[in-house]
Amino acid sequence: MSMTDRVRRLRQNSLEAIPTISTERAELITEFYSRNLGLISPPVHRALAFQFLLENKTIWIGEGELIVGEKGPAPKATPTYPELCCHSLEDLDILDSREKIPFKVSPAARQVYAERIIPFWQGKSLRDLLFREMTPEWKAAYETGIFTEFMEQRAPGHTVLDDKIYHKGMLNFKEDIHRSLEALDFYNDPDAYDKQEELRAMDICASALICFAERHAEKARQLAEQTDDPQRRWELEQIATICSWVPAHAPRTFWEALQYYWFVHLGVTIELNTWDSFCPGHLDQHLYPFYMRGLAEGSLTRPQAEELLQCFWIKFNNQPAPPKVGVTAAESGTYTDFAQINLGGLKPDGSDAVNEVTYLLLDVIEEMRILQPSSSIQVSKKNPDQFIQRAAKIIRTGFGQPSIFNSDLIVQELVRQGKTVIDARCGGSSGCVEVGAFGKENYNLTGYFNIPKVLELTLNNGIDPLSGRKVGLETGDPAQFKTYEELFNAFTRQLNYLIDIKIRGNQVVERLYARYMPAPFLSILIDDCIRKGKDYHDGGARYNTSYIQGVGMGTITDSLAAIKYHVFDHHTLTLVDLLELLRTNFENHERERLLLSNKTPRYGNDDDYADKLMRSVFEVYFSAIDGRKNTKGGEYHINLLPTTVHVYFGSVMGATPDGRKAGMPLSEGVSPVQGADRHGPTAVIKSVAKMDHVRTGGTLLNQKFTPQLLQDDAGINRLVQLVRTYFKLDGHHIQFNVVDADTLREAQKHPDQYRDLIVRVAGYSDYFCDLSKTLQDEIIARTEQKSW
Amino acid sequence: MVEKALFLKNSPLQNADVIQGIVFDIRKYSIHDGPGIRTAVFLKGCPLSCWWCHNPEGQSTKIEIIKRENRCIHCGECLSICKHNAITQIGDQILLDRAKCTLCGECVEECYAEALELIGKRMSVEEVIQEIKADLPFYEQSNGGVTFSGGEPFLQPQFLHGLLIGCHQLGIHTAVDTCGYASWSTIDSLRQDIDLFLYDIKVLDDTLHRKYTGVSNKLILDNLRRLSKLGAQIIIRFPLIPGINDNEEHVRQLANLVKSLPQVNEMDILPYHSSAINKYNSLGLEYSLEGLLSPSDEHLQEIAHILEESGLNVKIGG
Repeated sequence: MSMTDRVRRLRQNSLEAIPTISTERAELITEFYSRNLGLISPPVHRALAFQFLLENKTIWIGEGELIVGEKGPAPKATPTYPELCCHSLEDLDILDSREKIPFKVSPAARQVYAERIIPFWQGKSLRDLLFREMTPEWKAAYETGIFTEFMEQRAPGHTVLDDKIYHKGMLNFKEDIHRSLEALDFYNDPDAYDKQEELRAMDICASALICFAERHAEKARQLAEQTDDPQRRWELEQIATICSWVPAHAPRTFWEALQYYWFVHLGVTIELNTWDSFCPGHLDQHLYPFYMRGLAEGSLTRPQAEELLQCFWIKFNNQPAPPKVGVTAAESGTYTDFAQINLGGLKPDGSDAVNEVTYLLLDVIEEMRILQPSSSIQVSKKNPDQFIQRAAKIIRTGFGQPSIFNSDLIVQELVRQGKTVIDARCGGSSGCVEVGAFGKENYNLTGYFNIPKVLELTLNNGIDPLSGRKVGLETGDPAQFKTYEELFNAFTRQLNYLIDIKIRGNQVVERLYARYMPAPFLSILIDDCIRKGKDYHDGGARYNTSYIQGVGMGTITDSLAAIKYHVFDHHTLTLVDLLELLRTNFENHERERLLLSNKTPRYGNDDDYADKLMRSVFEVYFSAIDGRKNTKGGEYHINLLPTTVHVYFGSVMGATPDGRKAGMPLSEGVSPVQGADRHGPTAVIKSVAKMDHVRTGGTLLNQKFTPQLLQDDAGINRLVQLVRTYFKLDGHHIQFNVVDADTLREAQKHPDQYRDLIVRVAGYSDYFCDLSKTLQDEIIARTEQKSW
Repeated sequence: MVEKALFLKNSPLQNADVIQGIVFDIRKYSIHDGPGIRTAVFLKGCPLSCWWCHNPEGQSTKIEIIKRENRCIHCGECLSICKHNAITQIGDQILLDRAKCTLCGECVEECYAEALELIGKRMSVEEVIQEIKADLPFYEQSNGGVTFSGGEPFLQPQFLHGLLIGCHQLGIHTAVDTCGYASWSTIDSLRQDIDLFLYDIKVLDDTLHRKYTGVSNKLILDNLRRLSKLGAQIIIRFPLIPGINDNEEHVRQLANLVKSLPQVNEMDILPYHSSAINKYNSLGLEYSLEGLLSPSDEHLQEIAHILEESGLNVKIGG
């Protein structure tokens, strides 16, 4: 394992680069939208905007780089997207000065925003339109923290690429587009004209990406002429040759394959700030033919491949996620943009996909130890133990990567949703834990849903106790509930009412994007947009899924268990007493709080009393959402993950019946409440596996391990078997935070000494010192699984 | 009831729900007490009282009560609930008088903060087996099983026997972590149901053994020789206590002893650590090794090296 001087320098530069707000994109897009192009269809308008951006943005080739191209004008110079969401001056000041995840805003940038960007876009961005279109019920629920809305600041994302770009250049895609154009039937197809406009837009975008690469080739040739270093001159000439070949044509070499992907990545994320996670997917499978051919022909060595991959990794790390404003800034404060490279798993034919490049990539992940891209291993029963052992040795180093997914289960989940088996095997996980058919699906997280808040509203007859606003349904005076079933029925009705509000909003948001923000470039890349002549946002993809992510499964289960156990089964408390305790946040009633917290059967202990309640909540949530139609010809499905929103959702809630105090974080993913699991990881796994993961599109289980549990081979092997057992029980995903609580407390006290401490947050890793104090405390509190 | 019937069927043991024993802990995902992922069941009571014992709560055969100061919220509920005046308050301190306490457990029930806790629980064979069974998928996947530890499991032979048979009926691998201080007839009658012995050897010099553990090691060593001659699977466990049993000569003698045993060549070194000191305090016991430090890594390596030189397969930490 090694890092060349070049890589060490590039990595260091990337780590040290300070994230800034770049106004270049905002200025260009504003200039473009200021032009009066006359009447023009939205897809073509967006395509021309894309072309204008790529023709005019700054081309950056850094010293020593082998993979070239930046989203902004320089590493970590982060573009903004005012047509979607226009930052105010106050937003910029907050970004500039906030302690965590800051973005430096220069006085010049501030001035550009004040004089040109804000006057042009204020009140006119998609975000403004979106909020205008939402109903008062939606706004009330949104403002009181019942759900969030992903698309208020970023375009629908979460898609991942399959292998098509390794076989086809943009010129080939243009041929496909022209074939579709020629096949349009204006006599019989009423949508023929709309399709023509969409296909024309795609054609413009394909050409634009080729020109963008050519600009890099020119820049490389200029730099080659200027340098005195013969080695660097040779490299720059290579870069120029490569950029002239890809993305116009299919790649021929390992290097070309990586550079091609990178241009595509830039194209997708410059066109729209696609939410999270756009990434190459099964990179080991995609690169394998290029790697083997290179080795066989003698044109590539393992160290060369390794260096190219390391350079590729650094490119991801140079792109902080576009900064957000308002509620979403609090819900997900991170620089990471959730690209999750999948390793291992299954080939399309269903055989073991682990290959030499898989192990090469694991080496790269361990050496690079950077935030982005994230990585996961896809574990099938067909994969060798050695593969998981190798990954476990990286997990042991405490850097939170890679996370671990059940590849066989993901296939089942996708097939249940209606994908073909082959398309399902080509799929995988992306973002945090959500599944999709790579290269063929528009799957979207539409917003988090605060399940414990539904109980809070139920216990207050539809009133949000924090704001005093009536946001829910009047499901009855809780004091009148005679049985647990009555209470649970009220909860069920409340949940359905609020989900309906969320879905109604979603249906509008989807149409807003379809109509005003088509993504013709992304549409080239996702089957079957070209064939159908339809945009990615408008049902062009082969599969279209809208997810609503449930949050707080542990908190809601334990809360219901506390009510059932103490109020209805054992009569230790009346519901009225309990409500009073919650209302007063257990003030002067610590003993009663401990009764609820310590003397209740709780989720995560393999105790059927609590686990059955978890299953009942799952069924209610599933039934409220799964199978409902979205606007793209697809369906709604559920998944259960929080990113960091369990902190925000906790902050808008009063005390809960599980003994949680007001304002404290909710449980995350499908993990038990922090500290409620008292019987170790096998009991947690047994509890969590009682959920029917097959009917989700992803669940997230976090386990915190102390380093001692993994220090020797026995520890590593037991971990492998623990994971294998969870997956045999049809668990979806598990990740391990390997760090002891004392270390975390030290890091909290002395952040400067722990700048490099990366921890698993929730489906992604982040620098511990960049997390908010609340989230830091929450991570420390998560059960430390000790065994000796 | 169906499960119970299944369990009792064809069993030499007809009364799994009647035979009871005292268990002071059941710990899942135990990964350093035998092969695979295991559940460790700790049986209460031990004939030895080693100075370094890290489970002092396992020594007495009786149920005990402990108080964890850091959890107490001083609600005072225990004061009013105790009918035996065993709990008193002086200033801020809540004191437990073990002489008066009858271990009725009523205060523990009412202590929601879980500061008061009973160490040891009377359980039937069947109850323990139900707990063990919960992790069956993990044992099967990892070739793991159950390890009976303590205390000294052989001190509750009938209970242990029931548990061993129960495990074997479910196809679960069994290990017994023992100090070896039990009558040969007891060990002999149970050994067919024990797949693996984790056999502790502490000090070879009998005088010193009496000093540090309270008993002679003659029976322990005799039992070990007989077991190994009969072909039992044995891993020797050697708790390494700095200044007590870690000198080179002793380690060499130990190596010679183990080498002389037929079919035994695996040895785990368990390095001393002082983390049990809080348990002594909670139990109101004195700790004899206060201030003793854990052996250094280098020292451990030296000792492992000596043992390995004589052909033993050595693991540190078990």
